[in-house]
Amino acid sequence: MTLTQVDVLSGLAEVLEEVSGVPADKVVREAAFENDLEVDSLTMVEVVVACEERFGVRIPDEALENLRTVGDAVDFITAAGVSA
Amino acid sequence: MTAALAGPVAVTGLGALTPLGPDVAALTEGLLSSRSGVRLLEGEPWDALPARLAATVDLEGRLERLEARTLDRVQQLALVAAREAWDDAGQPAVAPERLAVVIGSGIGGALTILGQADVLREKGPRAVSPHLVPMLMPNGPAAAVGLALGARAGVHTPVSACASGAEAIAMALDLLRSGRVDVVVAGGSEACVHPLPMAGFAQMRALSTRHDEPEAASRPYDKGRDGFVLGEGAGVLVLETEEHARARGATIHARLGGAGLASDAYHVTAPDPAGTGAARSITLALRDAGLTAADVGHVNAHATSTPLGDIAEARAFALALGAHRPAVTATKSCTGHLLGAAGAVEAVATVVALRDGIIPPVRNLDDIDDEADVDAVRVVARQLQHDAALSTSFGFGGHDVSLVFVR
Repeated sequence: MTLTQVDVLSGLAEVLEEVSGVPADKVVREAAFENDLEVDSLTMVEVVVACEERFGVRIPDEALENLRTVGDAVDFITAAGVSA
Repeated sequence: MTAALAGPVAVTGLGALTPLGPDVAALTEGLLSSRSGVRLLEGEPWDALPARLAATVDLEGRLERLEARTLDRVQQLALVAAREAWDDAGQPAVAPERLAVVIGSGIGGALTILGQADVLREKGPRAVSPHLVPMLMPNGPAAAVGLALGARAGVHTPVSACASGAEAIAMALDLLRSGRVDVVVAGGSEACVHPLPMAGFAQMRALSTRHDEPEAASRPYDKGRDGFVLGEGAGVLVLETEEHARARGATIHARLGGAGLASDAYHVTAPDPAGTGAARSITLALRDAGLTAADVGHVNAHATSTPLGDIAEARAFALALGAHRPAVTATKSCTGHLLGAAGAVEAVATVVALRDGIIPPVRNLDDIDDEADVDAVRVVARQLQHDAALSTSFGFGGHDVSLVFVR
C-alpha cells in the first residue's frame, strides 16, 4: 500500500487529537510538535508508536530527532511507507 | 515566620472521594445513614477469585480525558479529592514556596503496572507507555497534586500500607510546626481493585467471603466478621498554621492537635495481640496534643473487620485510655478498607464528627464480640460533647499512627 501525503497528514492529525488533544486545524506542515502543538517528549513517543501501528512503518529513535515539525513527520512516514 | 514546634494546626479544607459518593457531603451523609458502598464483582475476571467483594468509586466525568489519560487511577482519585479540599479551603493565597503536599499510598499505581505488564507480554516493549513510570511510582499521587496546585515547598509520600494516609497527615503536622511551610495539602489515595492484589489478600485469608450479603460483609467488632472488604478512594485535608488561617480569615473545621507514631516489631502482617504499639501511638498522640484520655470523646477506629485486628485494637484502647471509654465508630463498616487512603478518609470523617458534634454508627454491628470491649456507636448516631477525638490507623509492617483532632 502506498501512502499519500494527504493520508498521512490526516492520520497524524487523528493520532495527535487522540493522545494530546491537538485540534485538527492546528496540524499543518509548518507546526512544530514541541513549540506549536505542546507535544512533550513522552507524548511524542506515544505519537510515534501510534503512527507505527497505524501506517505500518518503523520510526527509529535516530529519525525521531529530525522530526521537529508535522511536515518532517509526514515526509518521513510517506517515504518509509513507499519502501515498506 | 517563627517555628511553633508544638501546638495545633488548623484544618481548613476537606476532600473525599469514596465508595459512598463523590465528595465529603456524600461521605458524611452515607456514614450518618449507615449506607454500604460494598458490592459483589461479577463476570470476568472476578468470578475465579475466592473473595470478590469490593467498594469502588465512580470517577466517570470527574477529570478531562486528556488530564486523565496520563494519570493512574490512584493519581486521579487523589487529584479529585485534593481539588475538593483546596476549593473547600477557599483556594488559599499562599506563596508556592510555602505550600507543601504530602499524599501517601499503600501500593501506588498498581493498575498501570499490571495493565502494562499485559501490554509488554502481548505487544512487546515498544508498545509500553512512555507514561508508565510516572504513573506507577508510589509518589505519583503526591506529584500530580503538587503539580496541579503549584506546590514548591516539597512533595512527599509516606508509604506505610494501611497507615499511609494517617502518616501523611502526621508528617504535615511536623512540616507546619517546623516553620518551613504555611499550608500543607495532605492525605492518602488508593486504587488497586484488580484480581492480583485481591488474590494476594485472599491468599492471606484477610478478605471477607460473605458473597451472598455484600452490604453486610464489612462488620467490625461483630461476632460474624470474617475479614475486610477491599475499597478504593482518596481523602485529603488542607492544613495550615493557625496564624496563616486566621490572617486570611479562613473557616476552621477543627484542629489537628497531635500525632503519635510507633511500630510493633512483632510480625510483618499480624497485629501484636496485646496492642502495645498501637497503644503507644495513642499515648504519644495525646501527649503531643497536651491532652489526657478523659478529654477524648470519640475514636474513629482502624477496625477493618478482621478477627484478629479488631480485638488487638480494642486492647490498645484499654491500654492507652484505661477505664475511660470514648464512643467508637468504624468507618470501614460502610466504605470498606481503603488501605493507604483509609487513614485520610477517616481523618476527614473525624473532623466532620467534631465540627458537627455527631458520631456516625458502626454498620452491621448486630452481635458485638465479647472480646471487643469498646463503647461502639450502634444503629443511630450519637452526640459528641467532648472537644477531642482520635483517629487510629495501623498497617502491614507494624505501623501504628494515631491522630488527635480538637475543636
